[in-house]
Amino acid sequence: MTAIASSTSGARGTAGPQRPRRSGSVLIWIAEHTLLTLLAVLFIAPIVFVLLTSFMSSNQTLTASLWPQPWDVRNYAKAFTEVPLGRWFGNSALYAGLVTAFMLMSSVPAAYVLAKVRIRFSNAIFAAVIVAMLLPPQVTIVPLYIMWSKLGLTGTLWPLILPNLLGDAFSIFLLRQFFLTIPSEYADAARIDGNGELGVLLRVIVPMAKPGIAAAGIFSFFHAWNDYFGPLVYASENPGNWPVAYGLAMFHGSHGTDWGTTMAVTMLVTVPVVIVFFFAQRTFVEGITLTGVKG
Amino acid sequence: MLLPALLGLAIFFVYPLVANVYFSFTSFNLLEPPRWIGLRNYTYLFTQDPQVGTAALNTLWLVAILVPVRIVMALGVAGLLVRAKRASGFWRTIFYLPALVPPVASVVAFVFLFNPGTGPVNELLRHLGIRGPLWFNDPSLAKPSLVMMGVWVMGDIMIIFLASLLDVPREQYEAAALDGANGAQRVRYVTIPHLGPVLVFAVITGVIDALQYFTEAAVASSVASGRSGVSVKFEQVLGYPNNSLLTYTEWLYVRGFSNFQLGYAAALAVLLFVVTAVFLLLLLRRFNAFTPDGRA
Repeated sequence: MTAIASSTSGARGTAGPQRPRRSGSVLIWIAEHTLLTLLAVLFIAPIVFVLLTSFMSSNQTLTASLWPQPWDVRNYAKAFTEVPLGRWFGNSALYAGLVTAFMLMSSVPAAYVLAKVRIRFSNAIFAAVIVAMLLPPQVTIVPLYIMWSKLGLTGTLWPLILPNLLGDAFSIFLLRQFFLTIPSEYADAARIDGNGELGVLLRVIVPMAKPGIAAAGIFSFFHAWNDYFGPLVYASENPGNWPVAYGLAMFHGSHGTDWGTTMAVTMLVTVPVVIVFFFAQRTFVEGITLTGVKG
Repeated sequence: MLLPALLGLAIFFVYPLVANVYFSFTSFNLLEPPRWIGLRNYTYLFTQDPQVGTAALNTLWLVAILVPVRIVMALGVAGLLVRAKRASGFWRTIFYLPALVPPVASVVAFVFLFNPGTGPVNELLRHLGIRGPLWFNDPSLAKPSLVMMGVWVMGDIMIIFLASLLDVPREQYEAAALDGANGAQRVRYVTIPHLGPVLVFAVITGVIDALQYFTEAAVASSVASGRSGVSVKFEQVLGYPNNSLLTYTEWLYVRGFSNFQLGYAAALAVLLFVVTAVFLLLLLRRFNAFTPDGRA
């Protein structure tokens, strides 16, 4: 897959359609960078305002001032005492952690078979994976809800966690695309050396596909961390089982116009995601590119 | 090794798809067994349901406006970024960062930023002597406000466009230039053909995402109405202001999971499936290009 090479080489700023050589190119350069800077300010401004507001007292958020005077960290403490925020964070960590662990256990082997083993109906199975991945969750939610309610698991997050033991369509898709970039000769050589398919997967493919597996893991974790529709369907009646993103959606209304504390919770929900991103930036960008660049 | 995943596809994908069609011909509220009522759910859907038309139109509005606006903006920024040689990683991170923010958090943030009373946006407009509008509290501006947010979080399609733009071999531009092609012609005959497949992918997945638009609208309604919380029923704030944010999937949720008319919700789901399937088929034809014995 050429996209990976390009996205990394591009990071060093090599390729590009035009080099500023002609006369007037300096003016074009200035115009482009002015536009870029303006847009960048617009893109960063929301985060800055949210951060500033999270440090304002509740009285100050009702005034016209945009800068905290004085800086007040109490919103962050208040967030934990006014709602069971600690518990919601725990729920989210457990939910996203189990989803990711279960997904990796089931989806890595499945993706390996689809990418590297010659089996019948491989294309048909892959087509089904793509349809399952892209189909809106609302299309199948009624029968699934009925199924989980018969099992007595509605009111909890288990209906969102357990299916990952049997593979997750998006992760299988992403991992397969990554495995395809590994030359088949490595797998063939390992087979000649007497490895079974599981041996080939664990000894050859997994070590070579660490970035792809990491990307799938991060996506799956974020997907669960950010999920709103799933918890709404299965756990909305049961605040003790809410993940933190769902709790945030419910937070503001129950706290009137206390924007300061609401923004503090907004920051708290966002920061873990951003930290993970900065540690795994390159893996992440490669993963996104793999989902969109074809052939 | 494939067996668990096959089982998963059967239980969590094939079975519910089939069962959903069956439930759509029944009346079912979870307490009593499903009762066969033939096509009554469908006749109700198409002739009597008071809100389904509004909901479907709101969703189609998002398909028609949100998808192209996001793609054009993402392409524009990717086009600028491809030419920024210095600190390219810095620029990319800035434009990608918003896409990382959990959707619930971005909606809460945007409703705050644009809130008519004390929001920074209207505050800044006031400094310029402009009376800011009601944004998320105005039925005619609520959806456009969500489009602005959609542009803010466009980072992932932008990254895909950027990778594709960087992928164009420079020789092709040089060859075109030697043949006497000007800037516009180079874009027309080199960039666009190269970008084509990625663009098709972005449009189709964008449409499918817009068809299931739920979280952003639901959270915007509940936060902007100021009436979320455990005690507030979902349907009380739904679509606020004035049903302008009532999407098709939200309506499906209300009928199925607030009113527990699961048979009727299944009929709404069948219709959603039929519409989505058209776009899925278009996409599947594209995916044939990179099956194991194909190009990739």
